[in-house]
Amino acid sequence: MCLAVPGKILSMTDADALSRMGRIDFAGVVKEVSLAYVPEAEIGDYVIVHAGFAISVLDQEEAKQSLLAFAEMDAQED
Amino acid sequence: MKFVDEFRDPQRVKQWVQAIQEITTQPWTIMEVCGGQTHSIIKHGLDQLLPESINLIHGPGCPVCVTPIAYIDKALSIAQEEDVILCSFGDMLRVPGSQDDLLSLKSLGADIRIVYSPLDALVLAEQNPDKKIVFFAVGFETTAPTCAMAVYQAKQRGLTNFYMLACHVRVPPVMQALLDAPDNTVQGFLGAGHVCSIMGYHEYPPISAQYQIPIVVTGFEPVDILQGLFLCIQQLERGEASVENQYKRVVTEQGNLPAQQLMKEVYQVLDRQWRGLGNIAQSGFALSDEYAAWNAEMHFSVADIQSNESRECRSGEILKGLIKPAQCPAFNTRCTPEHPLGATMVSSEGACAAYYHYRRYQND
Ligand code: SF4
Repeated sequence: MCLAVPGKILSMTDADALSRMGRIDFAGVVKEVSLAYVPEAEIGDYVIVHAGFAISVLDQEEAKQSLLAFAEMDAQED
Repeated sequence: MKFVDEFRDPQRVKQWVQAIQEITTQPWTIMEVCGGQTHSIIKHGLDQLLPESINLIHGPGCPVCVTPIAYIDKALSIAQEEDVILCSFGDMLRVPGSQDDLLSLKSLGADIRIVYSPLDALVLAEQNPDKKIVFFAVGFETTAPTCAMAVYQAKQRGLTNFYMLACHVRVPPVMQALLDAPDNTVQGFLGAGHVCSIMGYHEYPPISAQYQIPIVVTGFEPVDILQGLFLCIQQLERGEASVENQYKRVVTEQGNLPAQQLMKEVYQVLDRQWRGLGNIAQSGFALSDEYAAWNAEMHFSVADIQSNESRECRSGEILKGLIKPAQCPAFNTRCTPEHPLGATMVSSEGACAAYYHYRRYQND
């Protein structure tokens, strides 16, 4: 259940926070999921989805940083 | 695929494997807590890339695997009642109960359905007012809030034909139980990334300090897992024990507050039985008294069901890391995904299933 890959929010409904739904694109496969647990999410954000709910908005800056970690580690050791 | 391919890049994988080789001077035993991580490790053969002295233990983080057989038997009993539609996640249908499994019951005519989201079960309840919809809910802290929302919505909408058979479990107490066991061999943990995306990781520093054990919150892609292992081994080699977060792009220290708030509203924490591991204090969530009207265990008479585990299945030892799946004599002989003896052979996150799908023809 936890092999979720991030998907991109294409659109979202206007409903109140607990009923808000979003259309999420997983590399071409579009799914309707609840955005109840990510009130901060905006169109264009990437989210991790689990059992029909977005559970986390992906922090794109941190994603970049963690890929850079290796280069940084090398630099530290030099 | 964005934010996936970069974390599977063979060049980066190679670099991290090499970095691990460079810092490893002695044997270490590390447990990946989550079954999703186990699956990724075996699928990508990460364990085979590591130095031989690094032993990866596949932890108990497969909700289907640890759901006690008594709950499967309860679900089987409820599914046989008239006017009931029982629904659950797909993996649960093939988990053997004491006598039977849900899939066989379905083939005999019981109305049992697979849902992708707990909200699908709510829709079923609205569409079938003359039926009782029972959602068999299992899972860790990642799944618990999704099921909590279904019950919360059922109450909001005044749905009286929706019930939840809830058997949720919590990660920190099982980590502690494993560390307390006299036969424990775990020296470091890769924390379950998506569980932490909900709960954060503020529960871990006391565990890390008490047992002097590194805990690294880790993601699911090959680069994530290797980076998590690197950080864990680095701490072990330096004689340190702290909590680190490898999976910062998804996990924050405080976690998902709206989800935690709804879980508090809907659940109470209680002791739970784990399949293969026994009773663990404060390790589960059940519906709170306020939601008793939606609690399947209150509505259906399932309290006195007697359950029997298969004597042959050694999944308890596998979940504790004492043996690997291929060391179970039944593996790939009397136990296969088509005819499973235990839940670890059924679930897409189960260690036996991962070895079966990717390593069946190899002697470990
Ligand atoms: S191979 Fe089958 S019988 Fe053996 S531990 Fe795994 S699930 Fe149980």
